[in-house]
Amino acid sequence: MNPLAIVSYTVTSAVGRGRAAHLAALRAERTGLAPRNFADAELATWIGAVAGLESVKLPTELTAFDCRNNRLAELALGTDGFLDDVAAARARYGARRIGVFIGTSTSGVRQTEIAYRERGGAESLPDWFDYRTTQNTYSIADFTRARLGLEGVAAAVSAACASSAKVFASAARAIESGFCDAAVVGGVDTLCLTTLYGFNSLQLVSNEICRPADPGRKGLSIGEAGGFALLTPDPEAGVAACLGCGESSDAHHMSQPRPDGAGAVLAMRAALGRLDPARVSYINLHGTATPANDASEDAAVSSLFGTATPCSSTKRWTGHTLGAAGIVEAAVCLLAVEHGFMPRSLNTREKDPALRADVLMAARAAPVDYALSNSFGFGGTNCSVLLGPAP
Amino acid sequence: MTACLVKAVGIAAPGLAGWAAARPVLAGESPYALVADTAYAPALLPPNERRRATNSVKLAFRAAEDAVTSSGADARQLASVFSSSDADMAVLHRICEALAQTPRVISPTDFHNSVHNAASGYWSIGVGSMAPTTTVSAYDASFTAGLIEAIALARDRAADVLLVVYDATAPQLLAEKRPLAVTAGVALIVAPDTPSAPGRLALELDGTGESPCANPALETLRGGNPALRALPLLELIAARRAGTVTLRGTGALHVTLRYAP
Repeated sequence: MNPLAIVSYTVTSAVGRGRAAHLAALRAERTGLAPRNFADAELATWIGAVAGLESVKLPTELTAFDCRNNRLAELALGTDGFLDDVAAARARYGARRIGVFIGTSTSGVRQTEIAYRERGGAESLPDWFDYRTTQNTYSIADFTRARLGLEGVAAAVSAACASSAKVFASAARAIESGFCDAAVVGGVDTLCLTTLYGFNSLQLVSNEICRPADPGRKGLSIGEAGGFALLTPDPEAGVAACLGCGESSDAHHMSQPRPDGAGAVLAMRAALGRLDPARVSYINLHGTATPANDASEDAAVSSLFGTATPCSSTKRWTGHTLGAAGIVEAAVCLLAVEHGFMPRSLNTREKDPALRADVLMAARAAPVDYALSNSFGFGGTNCSVLLGPAP
Repeated sequence: MTACLVKAVGIAAPGLAGWAAARPVLAGESPYALVADTAYAPALLPPNERRRATNSVKLAFRAAEDAVTSSGADARQLASVFSSSDADMAVLHRICEALAQTPRVISPTDFHNSVHNAASGYWSIGVGSMAPTTTVSAYDASFTAGLIEAIALARDRAADVLLVVYDATAPQLLAEKRPLAVTAGVALIVAPDTPSAPGRLALELDGTGESPCANPALETLRGGNPALRALPLLELIAARRAGTVTLRGTGALHVTLRYAP
């Protein structure tokens, strides 16, 4: 694909609000995870909750969209000058010529959970429950579109935990095809009982903090996050660049990765395009801290890159933010590129001796020319995004 | 203007069970009649997955298999785009019911089936395809959003792409909040544009209004499911008639589709 300039980007997670908060937490090795429950869940686990969502107010004309997921979108959009940057792009390109592609796995399902709980024995869901503007998968993309005053092509991309990596590919294709001249991409997923109890039913939720790449790993910690980026084909405009995207399917199992990592290799290779793998300075791993993911991704990374490319999972900071993981970890890669900094595999007490890739046991300060972010999801869907400095 | 070629169509809707049967109805050559549906089991889904797959996944397979079979395409080679407004409201209902009980026990199969890309995942497993597949949603504009994604993907890969748009009606509680009149799926196989080739479909984001079906008997269907917003286009394809239809897009967009057989 032709490179896209990243004009502006922002990220909000349990770590904090905005790029500076994330850079500071990554450098200080300060996690956003805490041993607590969400709502009235009764699970012994750690979660990554975003502070202050309870008091977020949506603009008056958009109150129908009010739910935890759209509140997190509102909070994230109002950070790092993102609203102003999009307004400037809107003035330049026109509201109909900026596409909106937003990843989510569960959108506003928390609202539906509350409606079902509140129903008790009644034969209908409560009157206040608005399906289209909260539960529906497109709600998050429609809210983002309306909040930014955009009227062009828009879609929610919902491919489980690869959702907000795949938005970069959708946006690149839409721009190349002339459906839009610029695009807002992003991802938002919020804590809900569906994912907490759902991953628990698969015995994938850790009762202690997640430990990617550690032989004592017990599974994932779930978090919530929202992030956005503004992409244009104008190379002059960017603070960084999206240089490639690769997508593939495992064709193996609905909830287990392919053990040989062959699907992940296809996605990473497609993201690199003609770039020599040795030029990649840092890989942000999907790294959920389940044994199956660690083994499969390690096989993939070491077969394509050898064993010398520094890599780490940053889910120990944010938790696994599911449909938002792609944009959160793209933002981590952009911070790595911008500040010449590679975060370590936090909380990994020792590296699992079965893993061959160079999992960073200590943070490293070094120039990052090319950073690759991996995101994999249920259904066996894989996506890798290659990020680098502005040209 | 961006264009593609339409190489095959698949459909699974009340009274429109498969393209071979639906084509003369959509072409106006025979009347629309709501006949009892025939039994269907996904031919391309291995027994293990067939057992776990939900009705919504089977619906997507039914439309997809119809398009793939009639075109003779090699499903393993096709990249795919799945588009659905609501994916699987039956699974959503079961999970939210379970979460409202004490103790809360979710079925692990329900959980992995709850992802919006379940049909896309089962499809890639079923046909053994490692090609890219993506899943989008745009509420009632899910057909146009899926078509835009499929045209862009075909252009990007310079290869044929399978588009599957589908939505199933909800259990009663949710149906009051998201009323879909019918369960339906539509599939297209689209190829990169070749000027003057047959089956050319050009898309522009400049329309106004929304075209009704040429056959008034199909209007209820069109409004009753996001996938069936495609019906005015399918009428042109079925009749092998050149023409233009307008569908609603996202935001303020109305999408003009110009078809030449």
